[in-house]
Formats: sequence, structure tokens, C-alpha cells
Amino acid sequence: MRFQIEEMRRNIKWRQLKNQIFVYIGLLTLLFTLITLLALMIDLARTGVPRISLEFFLNFPSRFAEKAGILSAWVGTLCVMLTTASVAIPLGICAGVYLEEYARKNWFTEIIELNITNLAGIPSITFGLMALGIFVYKLGLGQSIVTAGLTLGLLVLPIIIVTTREAIRAIPNTIREASYALGSSKWQTVHHHIVPYSSGGILTGVIIALSRAIGETAPLLTVGALTYIAFLPHSPVIQDLPFLSFEWLRDPFTVLPIQMFNWVSRPQEEFHVNAAATGIVLLCVTLGMNAIAIVIRYRFRKRMKW
Amino acid sequence: MTHQPDLRLRSFTSVAHPVRRMRRFREAIIESFLFLCAASSIIITVGIVGTLIIESFPFFKQVSLKEFLTGTEWTPLFSDAKFGVLPLLCGTFLTTLIALLVAVPLGTILAVYLSEFVDPRVREVLKPCLELLAAVPTVVFGYFALLFVTPLLQKFFPALSGFNVLGAGLVMGIMIIPYICSLSEDAMRSVPDHMREASMALGASRFQTAFRVVIPGAFSGMTSAFVLGISRAFGETMVVAIAAGMQPNFTANVLEPAETITAYIVQVSMGDLPHGSIGYQTIYVVGLLLFCVTFSFNVLALFLRKRFVEKE
Amino acid sequence: METSKVLRAEVKNIFFSYGDKPILKGVNLPIVEDKITALIGPSGCGKTTLLRCFNRMHDLYNPVNYQGEILLYPDKINILSRDIDPMEVRMRIGMVFQKPNPFPKSIFDNVAYGLTVRGVRKKSFITERVERSLRQAGLWDEVKDRLDSSATAMSGGQQQRLCIARALATDPEILLLDEPTSALDPISTGHIEELISELKKDVTIIIVTHNLHQASRISDYTAFMYLGELVEYDKSEKIFTNPSESRTENYITGRFG
Repeated sequence: MRFQIEEMRRNIKWRQLKNQIFVYIGLLTLLFTLITLLALMIDLARTGVPRISLEFFLNFPSRFAEKAGILSAWVGTLCVMLTTASVAIPLGICAGVYLEEYARKNWFTEIIELNITNLAGIPSITFGLMALGIFVYKLGLGQSIVTAGLTLGLLVLPIIIVTTREAIRAIPNTIREASYALGSSKWQTVHHHIVPYSSGGILTGVIIALSRAIGETAPLLTVGALTYIAFLPHSPVIQDLPFLSFEWLRDPFTVLPIQMFNWVSRPQEEFHVNAAATGIVLLCVTLGMNAIAIVIRYRFRKRMKW
Repeated sequence: MTHQPDLRLRSFTSVAHPVRRMRRFREAIIESFLFLCAASSIIITVGIVGTLIIESFPFFKQVSLKEFLTGTEWTPLFSDAKFGVLPLLCGTFLTTLIALLVAVPLGTILAVYLSEFVDPRVREVLKPCLELLAAVPTVVFGYFALLFVTPLLQKFFPALSGFNVLGAGLVMGIMIIPYICSLSEDAMRSVPDHMREASMALGASRFQTAFRVVIPGAFSGMTSAFVLGISRAFGETMVVAIAAGMQPNFTANVLEPAETITAYIVQVSMGDLPHGSIGYQTIYVVGLLLFCVTFSFNVLALFLRKRFVEKE
Repeated sequence: METSKVLRAEVKNIFFSYGDKPILKGVNLPIVEDKITALIGPSGCGKTTLLRCFNRMHDLYNPVNYQGEILLYPDKINILSRDIDPMEVRMRIGMVFQKPNPFPKSIFDNVAYGLTVRGVRKKSFITERVERSLRQAGLWDEVKDRLDSSATAMSGGQQQRLCIARALATDPEILLLDEPTSALDPISTGHIEELISELKKDVTIIIVTHNLHQASRISDYTAFMYLGELVEYDKSEKIFTNPSESRTENYITGRFG
């Protein structure tokens, strides 16, 4: 007995209807999510744009909202990021290379991998607590830029490790075999092939990690970023030999998100305007960096046709 | 003398040849260095766990575990200090609950929609948009919760106080949507296409294929995503620190302010408590509690994901 | 060609391109009812593409474009027409894929899937159909005691028979087989070939195969395709012993392909 065509057609109509309803629900959800992002940006822009000016970037914070600026904040962010990058990038890439190219499949490697996955899921403020205990007090580094840099560096380390590994994994085994077959050592293969071919993916990961670090507030608050700084760290470049100074590493600091936090926590509305302006700067930096990372990833994937 | 150098190796040099030994030694050094970099991650975890435990230790000499876990008043900075952590847990729990009530349904629907219904080319454009949403710093979301969402909600709930759980929870939920969506979508994308083809070839619609074949196949992966979302919401700091208030409040009323564990840590950090005082120790104690809870969730999520991979 | 055979379908002038690459160039082909028609040809000749036209699988992907008609007898409806919902076509024409792909569900749920998605609710009807299909596929005796166990725990040959049972449960008018034994070992292949030969009395079968011996063993009619064109169509006996076209002969004797 074959199914009746009419019955089939009715059933199809009903199922297609349910299908279509879900498509609309999905579309609505998507629109809702994107519109919220848009609302956030528009609200920030409406409030904060009037405050954005050259003075805003060149002034220190002050009791008077109109005169207050983010100079110490963005310089602080720059200094901290420099430290973060110098910690996280080499450590992360080396760890990623080891885990993908050298590590044998034994229980110890599994523990390392499990550990990295776990680190990625730990709340960021916990890193601040650890840094407070170890860097600030135990090691006596104080509430300084170097502490902040180390804290954030360790926080974003898992991101760099994971993206490095993914980038390396994308390289087909045939390339490795070709290199070994020509008599290369492992390090030569890594040095000449693996790292260069995965550089796009690694770069993407680094940018995303740094952008995440720039936006991080909680661990730095715990470590003791000051919310009111009216001075700049020591300059890294000095007049006499050896022309480079590391004194700035021990200086107290503030960063952009903390400045925004400080201003938004004040009851006076004028400071909220400043907070909005800082928010715009933060958004431009983080979204900008992420957008660049996405473009690099896209371009790199198009170029690398295995 | 020959005119041209003979490039062929005349014989295989022995393994003990100095050049070969030198090379092997160099390779070993490089490998050890790289290994240390990888193993440093373990040192970090040890550092975190160690610090939390060591700094919390003195606290429990003065306050019993029972009082800590069951007391309903949290006033460690007052002269008559009370150390019951329930108000903080309550604040964290409430905000997490609201956030998940938003993020899990919306994030999952979005994931199913993107994975099963959207044209691959459109998906290539939409996924980066969601990535950008995920890149917004949490302090900006905190601003949004305090100065946009709360006033908006006050139009509907006049009783809503300036700092409140509802606004913070809602914004936190929206913040977590891309996270849950991306993890769920990864789980669904790893169900192979030939499953979908088999289902469609039997006359099923995309909706039926998605819900009868793909989602059951990706289920552990998706539950793993939900659990990670819980963990994320639990550990979130800035949105609640800015918008949910800094008064511990043991309540179920989401229109009131309530301090979370993370907001408390921020509050104490910004003050000036002497190093080593009991007030200072409390941030480690609650930090340890936070770590234990999120760690359990992460382990659960990992376990679920492993089960998912094994089923393949 | 004889006029006494009854047609189940007719392919009329199919043109198919993927992007701007042409895959099928004006294919015309009759499909005889309750017989096995084999599509053979070297890689890239378009046989799988043609097969997948029958159940509108191409509609799932972009960008493809195709023209032409496939008429389903006896009403001579063009199933490629945009007015006909692909879902309806797939409810009437079943397919078994190259790699066995049972769902990660129980054996019973796998076979019953085609019925449950079209809204059949009567348990007795479903149970009876599942048993009938499993018997048709030659699996019933092996699995009747473990219908609730997971389908993925079976061997490759068993899984493919399950997929055949699954496709048969909905009583398709035509059964499409896309190289159904190419992923299986020789013994399972033999079993499935026997099964297919028996099935033809119940359902019209179109099979794509790389294996010429298989095609000559089980099919009644064979179509040889090359570079998107139908080169020759005739009774299998004739194609494999005395083909009219030289290209056909070259392929059959192994001079290329």
C-alpha cells in the first residue's frame, strides 16, 4: 500500500510551516543579539563623543570632569601590554610548538593539556588573587606595571597556546614528511616550516589575546591598580647609557578599563560622560584589534592552499 | 685534486660522530626549553591553588567552616564581624540564574539556526559578527547595565533600585550568548554532513533533521557548552561590580541590589586593608570558594565533552 | 528497443552545471519499472550527479543550476519542477549512500525514522513496517532480539543493510543506490548484491557503480556515461557482451577509466 499523495502533501505543508516558523525565530534571535550590540554602541557614542578631543587624550584625571582625561590610563595600558606581550607571546608560542610537535602521547602530556583547558576557564579575578599573593607580596614586585603585565600575561597564555596549536595542526603532515625526508632535524623542520606556515594563525591568536588583555579589569583591580593617577611612569628611554631604563616596570599604574570603572562608579553624571568616552576608546581598540585579527585569518586561509 | 667538490657523501657517518653528537645535543636543549615552556602552565595552576589555600588557611583557624558556609550575614569589615558567605553566594547565584535564563535558550536557538538553517556563505559573515560581540570588554557591558538597561527597566518596574540583580543578570546573559552559541555550534558542526543527507533523503525537513538527528548527536557537546556558560557567569566580575551593587544581600528579590563573590573581592581590593588582616584573608577564602565551584563545573564540562567525542 | 516494458521514470534532457563547470550535458534515459538500471562510467562522468537529481539532493546545496525534466510515471509528473516540494520527492524516492550512515539511534528507530518524520503515529503500523523492511533487507533474523540496541554497533555490511531497510520502510517508488558496496568487504558485497537482486520485484532500482562486474551481475539495463553525456543505453546483456559504441567497449574492456 503506497502512501496517498494528498495526505503526503498536507503533511508536507504542515512540516514546512514548522520549519519556516523556526527560521523566523532564529532570525529574530539573531537580530535581537545584533541590535543589543548596536544599542550599546549608539548609547555610548551619544553620551561620550562630545567629550572626545585631543585634550581628553592628553589630560590627567582630575576632580573636574570636563578637564579630566585618560593620559595616564592609555599610557598605562601601553606599558602593561608591552610587558604582557613579552611574557605571553614567547611562552605561549613555545608551549604550543612543544605540545604539537614534540610532546609524546603520555599521561604527563595529557595533564599539561588538561591543565591548559582548565586555566582557560578560571575566572580572571582568581589570577588577580594569585598575583596579589605571589607577585605583589611574596616576590616583592609591588603594585606595579610588571606585576600587572605578568598577571595578564599568564591570564591570556592559554589563548595563545590554543591558537598556536590550532594553527600548527592545520599544516598537513605531508609537509613535515617532506622536510624530514630531505634530512632535516626536528628543530629545522619547526624553524623553517612549521612556524612560518602557521604564522598567520599565531598572529591572529596573539592579537585576540592582547585585545582581551586590554579589556581586562578585575585582576588588575585586585593587584592594586590605582584608580587615580596623575602622573606617568618613568620613561623607558633615558639620556645616558645604556639608553634603556626598566624603572618604569616598578611604577604604579592605571589602565583604560579601570579608569572607565572609576568614572562610571561616581554618582555625578559628568563623570559618566567621561566613562562613555573611555568606553568608546576601549571599544575602538578592542573591536578594531579583533576585526584586524579576523581579516588576517581570512586572508591567511585564502593564501595557504595546501 | 678534483675540479668540482664531490657532493655525495662517501659513506654514512657513525652516530657517534662529533657533528652528529653536537646536533643531537642542540636538539635536546631546544626540546627541553620548549618543554619547560609547556610545563610552566602547571606552575601557574599550582601557584593559583597554592596561594588560595595558603592565604585562606589562617582564616579557618578563626572561623569555622560551618559558620562560613551556613551563616547568612556577611559583615567581615565591621567591628562585630560576621562571616557567613551565603549572601555573597546568593548574589552570585541569582545573577548567574538570570544570565543563564537569557543565554541558554537564545544562544542555543542561535546556534541551531546558524548551524542548520543558514547558507554557509552567510554564516561566514555572521560568525565574525558574533566574535566581535564577544570581544567587547566586560567593563563596557557594566556601563551598559547600569546606565542604559537599569533606567530602561525602571520604566517597567518602578520599584527597581539603581543597583539591582535583574539588570546585571540580563546584561550578563547577553554577554554570554556568543560564548554558548559558538560552543554549541561547534558541537553541531562536528556531526558529519552525511547524517544530515541521510535524514533529508528520508523526507525530513531541516527542522526535523536538526532536532531529531543533529542535536541528539551533539547533545553532550551542547550540555558541555551550557555548563561552561554557568562557570563563566559565576566568575564574571565587572558587570556585577558596576551594576549589581556592593551590599551583601541575602534575598530572592531580583529588583534589589546584591553583592556577588567577585564584586566583594573588587570592593576589598579597592579599599586599603592591611596585608594579613582577617579582612584581607576573606578575599582569598571567597576566592577559593569561587575557584572550587568553577573548577567543578569545568571538570564536568570536560567530562561531557570527552563522552561526546567518544561517541563519534 | 522493445516496447513491452513499462517505464517508471524518464529522464529528459538534463543539463547540470556546478558554478560554470558543466557536469551533465543533455542526458536522456528511460527507467524501467521493477528492474535494475545501472549507471556506469569513469570518475567524473556525472553518474552520481544524475542519480542525485532523482531525489533533489542538489537542492540542499548552492550554487547549482540544472534544467530538464525527470518524469515520474504513471502520472508523468516532472519531479524536477520548482512547483514540486523536494520533500515530497524524497518521500517517494529513497536513497542509500556509499558509506553506511545509520543514525546514532537504535536499530528500530533508524528503520522507523522515515515513517516518524512524516507523521505516522500508529505504533502497530510502524512495528509491522519495521519488521517487514528488516526482513526484506535480510536482517530480521540477526537483529530481531536487539531492536533497541545501537545501530552503530553493527558491522559495515550490517549497517548498509540497515540503511537499505531504512530506505525501504517508506515504500519508495524508486530506490536509488549510490555505490552501495564500494565501502564494504567482498563477502558483505556479495550479500548485498543478492539482496538487491531480490528487491527489484518490489521496487524499481537505479544503481551507480564503479564495479563493472557488479553491474553485469545484477542489472537488467545499463547506461554508460562519459564526460556528462549518455553514450549508450541498452539491456545489460548487450552492453557487456556486444556494445554498439566503441567508447563503451573501450571502457568495458579496460582500455581507460
